[in-house]
Amino acid sequence: MTSLFEEITTTSSDIPIKRITLTLNGRSRTVNVEPRLLLAHLIRQGFKLTGTHTGCDTTNCGACTVLVDGTPVKSCTMLAVQADGHDVMTVEGLAGPSELHPIQEGFKDEHGLQCGFCTPGMMLTSKALLDRNPDPTEDEVRWALSGNLCRCTGYQNIVKAVLWAAERLRDEDEGGGEA
Amino acid sequence: MYPSRFRYESPKTVEEAIRLLSESGGEAKILAGGQSLVPMMKLRFASPETLIDINGITALDHLDFAADGSIRIGALCRHATLERSTELEVRQPTMAAASKLVADPIVRNRGTLVGSLCHADPQGDWAAVMVALNAQLIAQGPSGRRSIPVTNLVRGPFQTTLAADEIGVEAVVPTPSGVPMGGYLKLERRIGDFATVAVAVAVDMEGSSVARAGIGLAAVGSKTINALEAAATLEGGRLTPDRIAAAGDAAAALAKPRSDHRGSAEYKRHMVRTFVVRILTRVAASMEKVA
Repeated sequence: MTSLFEEITTTSSDIPIKRITLTLNGRSRTVNVEPRLLLAHLIRQGFKLTGTHTGCDTTNCGACTVLVDGTPVKSCTMLAVQADGHDVMTVEGLAGPSELHPIQEGFKDEHGLQCGFCTPGMMLTSKALLDRNPDPTEDEVRWALSGNLCRCTGYQNIVKAVLWAAERLRDEDEGGGEA
Repeated sequence: MYPSRFRYESPKTVEEAIRLLSESGGEAKILAGGQSLVPMMKLRFASPETLIDINGITALDHLDFAADGSIRIGALCRHATLERSTELEVRQPTMAAASKLVADPIVRNRGTLVGSLCHADPQGDWAAVMVALNAQLIAQGPSGRRSIPVTNLVRGPFQTTLAADEIGVEAVVPTPSGVPMGGYLKLERRIGDFATVAVAVAVDMEGSSVARAGIGLAAVGSKTINALEAAATLEGGRLTPDRIAAAGDAAAALAKPRSDHRGSAEYKRHMVRTFVVRILTRVAASMEKVA
């Protein structure tokens, strides 16, 4: 039985397959994709990185958010071919397998998740925010996360987690430690 | 959900994109930000045979503020670029206000103003703003460029007067006739939802008098409404409470809302009036502060 990924990357029609090269979590990857393959599916089914969740699949919920050249993008609403030549970061790229990024630590310490479905998207949007604005106000955090839906937490602890991470990252920066 | 199969092209010049459009015989779509088109393709509301991705045409990625006060917004200028432009905040308050309210922050990173105009969703934010500003869309086709007033661009829901082989390459906001002021207000059930009602008001002030006014209404008709008669009541006079109220009443009368799950027609009409009055009252208050 062919996997869904193979099904949509091999085609009997005359639609040409596109060969693309992208940087995924720091590693250069070259793949053949059918143009209609969505970036979310390339990541999940193609590269088996299931940390990127597909929630609504209609550009609403933000669970599938990844960073493209450092900018949050809903990966269910971008074609994989459009990632050609670009840098993509998923939640797996935040830290190594046995360590936590300060943002992940913040979500753990401040109970910024319950079911965890929205969490990868929340964390990547937060990363982009903190990269641009290392000392955001609570309002700025809420505003930045307003495209990511959470049905469990009521957002309170997510906001706390991001502010916690912001402080930690600033401390690390001042201390000259690993960022 | 997957879109139907399509041929993917990524031209590097506008001319090449137009050639591809011409060759497709009306069966192609232009992909810019893709924040409306890709969802529609996934739902199979749109099934183009060819998708022409213009993201590689770097000449279209611009936001220019001219010395004469006009503003040119290229087809690849994202909502987020407008939202973060400190210059826009000073030059064009109506646009600056709207740039923060389009969809949600993640969608704003990809979506484009020109794409929003060409998509012609009656609930779209930018068409209402561009109508209020008397802006033009520059369309380029095989025989060159032409300028279309945004108010004439939209024919109906998701329908424009663009020819099948034309691309919207930039939007042009004309030189203001005074100090540009105004605002944009949108009622939505939650961030990212389609507008229940949205109102764009732009007034160019000469001293304390309105030299030019424009009012655009979104989500209260089958297409963006240019509330010309309402705007005309403001021109040539001061922003007094009476005149503001009259403009609000006139705009509400021009709205053609329908009752749906977002609210009754009566409620939406009421909100049009409220938003027009609220924006103009704020402008009047800020004028007083300056004076």
